[in-house]
Amino acid sequence: MSIDQGLGLMTGILFGFLLQKGRVLRFERQVGAMLLKDMTILKFMLSAILVGMVGITLLTDSGMAALRHKPMNLGAVVLGGALFGAGWAVMGYCPGTSIGALGEGRWHAVFAVVGMLMGAALYAELYPFFQTTVLAWKDFGKIGVPETLGISAWVIIPMFWVGIILLFRWFEKKGL
Amino acid sequence: MHMKWKTEDGGWSPYLAGSLVGLLAIASVYATTEWMGATNYLGASTTFVRAAGMLERTVVPEHVTANEYFTKEKVRVDWQFMLVLGIFFGALISSVTDRSFKLERLPPVWEQRFGPSLTKRAMGAILGGMIAMIGVRMADGCPSGHGLSGIMQLSVSGLSAMTMFFGVGVLVAVLVYGRRAS
Repeated sequence: MSIDQGLGLMTGILFGFLLQKGRVLRFERQVGAMLLKDMTILKFMLSAILVGMVGITLLTDSGMAALRHKPMNLGAVVLGGALFGAGWAVMGYCPGTSIGALGEGRWHAVFAVVGMLMGAALYAELYPFFQTTVLAWKDFGKIGVPETLGISAWVIIPMFWVGIILLFRWFEKKGL
Repeated sequence: MHMKWKTEDGGWSPYLAGSLVGLLAIASVYATTEWMGATNYLGASTTFVRAAGMLERTVVPEHVTANEYFTKEKVRVDWQFMLVLGIFFGALISSVTDRSFKLERLPPVWEQRFGPSLTKRAMGAILGGMIAMIGVRMADGCPSGHGLSGIMQLSVSGLSAMTMFFGVGVLVAVLVYGRRAS
């Protein structure tokens, strides 16, 4: 095993452990969030984001790591995002959590994994078509919110924290 | 806000487990830059492309070599591939040690809505999985790559994609399961 693979495996084991401990791997949690009845996965994701954005901005500001924005390709993000949302609701898993769900014994997640492998193979066949259509509509490139708005990340991050903590308080008050 | 660190079923508060994932993401960004020479962010969906390519290669190797998308994404067992495998083992270790591991035939919410047929669930999950994967490959990221890693970097694409994922997810979930479910 190479260093890359070993590092990936260790990171993945910790990630899977925490996903399971947060109880976010379950079908009912994912669908529960989409039915706006159980916000566990949003609490989990937004907590990770609040902590992660501070450290990552520190690391990238000081040149110890690089930002790697994915392209803001309008058609890709809007249409692709919509297709994913629709499939996610029916399947009840996202790519990472489907594998984790298998790990905690929910073996029916194997159907979701099979479907996603088939979808990946199909996408590879359709790629040339998408390249000349959806992917060619409008690409804003690899952009971040700070440079787009002309506001420092260190102004945006505290605002983000305040907004999300208010949202958390509301979730707790409503028992979501 | 009343914070409990443990949930009733022996899990951890999502605020705690989520915050620890935030620390893991920071450590991972640092470690990949230091040891792999390039910053890598947590993600999962490209691995499904690589795994599909590997499976296809056993049947039609020339076809996979000639395919532009497989060439672009490189069909190999890389850092992210091992990360996705790791998720399986991490979830297994956690669930076995705290006894939340459970062999489950059907998700209870699904069964409530669509009955006990395994075929129905298989068809729903396969169809949903296909549509979802075509969508994430088009969008170039899933709730991990766009949702966690993208928003942590304040990417415009991450915030937009996660809004689409969740917004359309809510609409379709309400249509499919109804407001009374779960």
